[in-house]
Amino acid sequence: MHTFTLAELAKKLRAKEFSVTEITKSLLGRIEASQSKLNAFVTVTADSALAQAQAADAALASGKAGPLTGLPLAHKDIFCTRGVKTSCGSRMLDNFVSPYDATVVEKLNAAGMVTLGKTNMDEFAMGSSNETSYYGPVKNPWDLSLVPGGSSGGSAAAVAARVSPIATATDTGGSIRQPASLCGVTGIKPTYGRVSRYGMIAFASSLDQGGLISQSAEDAAMVLGAMAGFDPRDSTSVDTPVPDYLGTLNAPLAGLKIGLIKEFFDKGLDANVEKLIREALKVYEKLGATLVDVKLPALPLSVPTYYVVAPAECSSNLARFDGVRYGYRCKDPKDLVDLYKRSRGEGFGAEVKRRIMVGTYVLSAGYFDAYYLKAQRVRQLINQDFRRAFDEVDVLIGPTAPDVAFAIGAKMSDPIQMYLNDIYTIGANLAGVPAISIPCGFVRGLPVGLQIAGAHFAEGKLLNVAHMYQKETDWHRQMPAAFKPEKLS
Amino acid sequence: MSWETVIGLEVHAQLSTKSKIFSGSPTAYGAPPNSQASLVDLAYPGVLPVLNMEAVRMAVKFGLATGASVAPRSVFARKNYFYPDLPKGYQISQYELPVVAGGHLDIVLDDGTKKRVGITRAHLEEDAGKSLHEGLPKQSGIDLNRAGTPLIEIVSEPDMRSAREAVAYLKKVHTLVRYLEICDGNMQEGSFRCDANVSVRRAGAEKFGTRAEIKNINSFRFVEKAINFEVARQIDVIESGGKVVQETRLYDPDKGETRSMRSKEEANDYRYFPDPDLLPVELDAAMIDGVRATLPELPDQKAARFVATLGLSEYDAGVLTSSKELAAYYEEVAKLLAGGPDLANNTPSKDLAKLAANWVAGSLAAALNEHNLEITESRIDAQRLAGLLARIVDNTISGKIAKDVFEAMWAEGKDADAIIESKGLKQITDTGAIEKAIDEVMAKNPGQLADYRSGKDKLFGFFVGQVMKATGGKANPAQLNELLKKKLAG
Repeated sequence: MHTFTLAELAKKLRAKEFSVTEITKSLLGRIEASQSKLNAFVTVTADSALAQAQAADAALASGKAGPLTGLPLAHKDIFCTRGVKTSCGSRMLDNFVSPYDATVVEKLNAAGMVTLGKTNMDEFAMGSSNETSYYGPVKNPWDLSLVPGGSSGGSAAAVAARVSPIATATDTGGSIRQPASLCGVTGIKPTYGRVSRYGMIAFASSLDQGGLISQSAEDAAMVLGAMAGFDPRDSTSVDTPVPDYLGTLNAPLAGLKIGLIKEFFDKGLDANVEKLIREALKVYEKLGATLVDVKLPALPLSVPTYYVVAPAECSSNLARFDGVRYGYRCKDPKDLVDLYKRSRGEGFGAEVKRRIMVGTYVLSAGYFDAYYLKAQRVRQLINQDFRRAFDEVDVLIGPTAPDVAFAIGAKMSDPIQMYLNDIYTIGANLAGVPAISIPCGFVRGLPVGLQIAGAHFAEGKLLNVAHMYQKETDWHRQMPAAFKPEKLS
Repeated sequence: MSWETVIGLEVHAQLSTKSKIFSGSPTAYGAPPNSQASLVDLAYPGVLPVLNMEAVRMAVKFGLATGASVAPRSVFARKNYFYPDLPKGYQISQYELPVVAGGHLDIVLDDGTKKRVGITRAHLEEDAGKSLHEGLPKQSGIDLNRAGTPLIEIVSEPDMRSAREAVAYLKKVHTLVRYLEICDGNMQEGSFRCDANVSVRRAGAEKFGTRAEIKNINSFRFVEKAINFEVARQIDVIESGGKVVQETRLYDPDKGETRSMRSKEEANDYRYFPDPDLLPVELDAAMIDGVRATLPELPDQKAARFVATLGLSEYDAGVLTSSKELAAYYEEVAKLLAGGPDLANNTPSKDLAKLAANWVAGSLAAALNEHNLEITESRIDAQRLAGLLARIVDNTISGKIAKDVFEAMWAEGKDADAIIESKGLKQITDTGAIEKAIDEVMAKNPGQLADYRSGKDKLFGFFVGQVMKATGGKANPAQLNELLKKKLAG
C-alpha cells in the first residue's frame, strides 16, 4: 500500500481500506528502512506524525475531514516547523529548533496533512547535487552511487523511493525541478509570489519559491491549492485568488501552442535526453498541440546573471547567522570579531562561504555597477524574453536538465560544471514564471525530466498540460526496483 | 586669515508609531530588555519584514510640511554591516530613492534676519537595538526593544555657517516634528538625535574643506559645544600645517571634546542594494492629499498669523510658536483676556495681545525655565494667568505689583484675586489718598523739592520712588505721575 499516489491514498482512506494511522506507521517504517541507503531525512517526526494521524482518523470518522485530511507528506528542512529542528542542511542550524511554523507548514497542518519528517537538502539550498549538506549527501534511489540532484534532493529521493507520497521543496535556480528530473518524479516551482516565503529560510529572496515534489501532476494540484495564496506576513506574496487546480486538470489540449526554446536545443544537451524530449513532444502533437520555435536571446545569460544576483542576496540574507542569538556559536570566543569569524567560519560549509564571498564582492563599492546592476538589467531582458514568448505560445517545453544523474563526487571540485546543471531551470526563477518537471523516459536506466514553463500564475495550465501527458504515459508510475514494497518495508 | 565654517546636519527622529516599522511589536520606551522584540525583530531564520504604512504617512507629513517633494515611488535598501545590536546583519533603510527629497526650513539668525536651510532628503529606516555594558563584567548585553523602531533621517544641505545656526535649525526641526506629532522629540531617551558634518574653509573659498562627522549628539547645548570645539580643532590643524582627515568623530560631553572614532579607510562598505523582501513604496496623489489634509497649522504659519492679526513682533511670535503647547497656552490667555472663547472671532486688542505675549514669553517662560518644566506642567495655568493680567488691565494692580502676585501664585497655587486680597495689594486709585502721600513726601524732602523747582527735572524719579515706597508700591503709576507733576509744579 506504500506506493500509492496521493490521489489514490485519499480515495482509499475515505473508502476505509486502511486508516491514516496505518499508512503513517507503514511510511515511517519505510523511511527508517530507507534512511541508511538514501539519507533523505534529517529529522523523522514519528511521534507528532502519529498524533496527527490519530487526529486525522478521528476527523475522518466524524465526517469533519477536508480533502487533504490524513494525507502524509514530508517538509524540506528549509521550512520552519515549530518545536522541531530546522537545520537548512547546515551545521549553523544543527541546534536550531524553530519556535514557529512557516506559513506553508501552518496551512498544510491546518488542512489535516500528516508531517512525516524533514528532508535533507543542500546547505541553505545552495547546490545541485545535495552534496553540500552538513548531514551528508542524499543518494539517488535509481542508483545509490549517484546524486539525486539538489537542493531539494531529500524531497525528490523520498518521493521517488515512495517513502513519502509527496514533499514540499523550494526552488531558487532549479532546486525543485532538477532533482525531480534526476529522480524521475514531478516537481513544480510556482510563480514567484504564489506561495508565501514566510518561515522558508531565505537563500535569495527575489528568486526563492516554495513548491512541491510529487508522484504526479494531479497530486501536486491537490496540495498546491492549499499551500498557495496571499500571506500578509510576506510582502512579496501576491494577492490574487488561488484557482481550482484540480478543476482544470483534464482540460483538452487541442489547439495548445507549445514553444520550443531554440537556445535550449543546442550543444550541451545530451543527445539521448533530446531524443526523449522530442518523443514527448510527439505525444503532445497527438493530443492536438502545435509546436512553434521561439527565441529567447537573453536566456543563455541566465547562469552568469543568476550567479551574481543569488550570491548577492545570500551574502546579506545569511548575515543574521552570527552566533549571537541562535544557531552555532564557536567555543570560547576571544572577542566580538572572533565570535563572528569562527562561528561563521565553522558553522558554514565551503559552498555557502563561496557564495557569501562572491555576493559580498559583487555588492562592493567599485564593483556594484559592473556586476549587480548589470545583472539586474540582464534579468529584465530575460523577463521580457519570457513575456514576449508567452504572448505567442501557451507553454514552453524543453529539457529540465542537460543530462541524467551523475556520480557522487563527480562535480564537487568544479563549481562551474555544477552550476551548469541549472542552465535550463534558472531562467524561470529570474523571470518569476512557474515551471514543472515531469518524467519522460529513461537514459541508461536513469530518469529524464521534461520541463514545462508557463506565464505568471499559469500553474493551472502547467498542471493540466503535465497531467494530460501523464494520462498518456506511465513514466511517472515507474519506481526504483530497490524500493518496491517487497524490497523495503 | 579668517575662516568660514560649513555645517550640515543629519537628524534622526523616531516616529511615534504604536508599532515598529517592519513588525507588530510595540515601540514604547523603557520596557524590560527584549520584552518588545518579536521573531522579526530578533531576525529569526525565515521571518520577513512587513512595512507599517503609518510610518510612511508620518514621513510624508514631514515632507509636505517642509515644502519637499514626496516620491511617488521609493525603495527600501539594505545597509549591510555586522554589529551585535543589528540582528539581521543589515539595517533596512532608504538609499537611492528616499520617500522625501528637496525641502527647506527657514531659521531666524541672531541679527533677526531669516535664512533658508535646504533639506536634501528625509528617508525612512529602522533603528538598531542597544548594547548594554553596565553590570555585565567582560560581557555585553543586547537589548533589541529599540530594534525596528521607525526613524526618519533628515539630511540638510551644508547650508549652516555657525554652531548657532546649526542649533537654530535643529530647534526648528525639533519644533516641527512635535507640531506634526510624528516624534515626541525626547532627546534624553534618544528619540531625537543628530550627527553634524563639520568643515572649515578660508573665507571666500569655493570648495568645501574636508569634513568630519560628529556622531550622536543628544542635546542642543552639546551640538553647539561639539561644533565649536570641532571648528577650533580643524582650524588649528590647518594653521599648524596639517590636513583635516575625513573621519567619524564622537563628542564626549564630559570632556567637552570630539575624538576620532574611525577614519574613512576604516569605514564600512555598506554594500547597499534594494531589499528584495519589500516592494517599492508606491504613493498616489489621493494618499498624499489625504496626509496633506491632516497637516496642522505649522509653526511659521502660526507665527505669521500672530504678527498679522495680533500685532506681535516677529521675535515674540517666534518665541511663542516654538512649541505647539506654548502657542496654545498663549492663545488661550489672549482669548480669555479679550473675553471671548474664540480668538478668531474675538481678537484681543493689540495691547492686550502684547501684554499677554510679554507675560507668557517673559515671567512665565523664566519661571518654567528656572524649574525645568514644560509649558504643560506650568504651575499657573492659562486661566489663572489671564486672571492676573485682567487685574493689570482694570487697574486693580500695577504691572510691578503683578510680578509679586505672579510669584505668589506660582508658589502658592492660588489665583490672582485671592493673593491680591490676602496681601492687600490692591492698587490705590483714590486721588485723595495719592495726593495725601505726595504732600507728605514733599513735606519731608524740602531740599529736593527746592532743587527740582530750580530745574533738576531728574529728581522727578526720586519723588515717584518715595511716594511708591510710602504706598507700598500700590499707587496707580499713571495717576501718580499726573498728580505728582501738578503738585511739584506748585
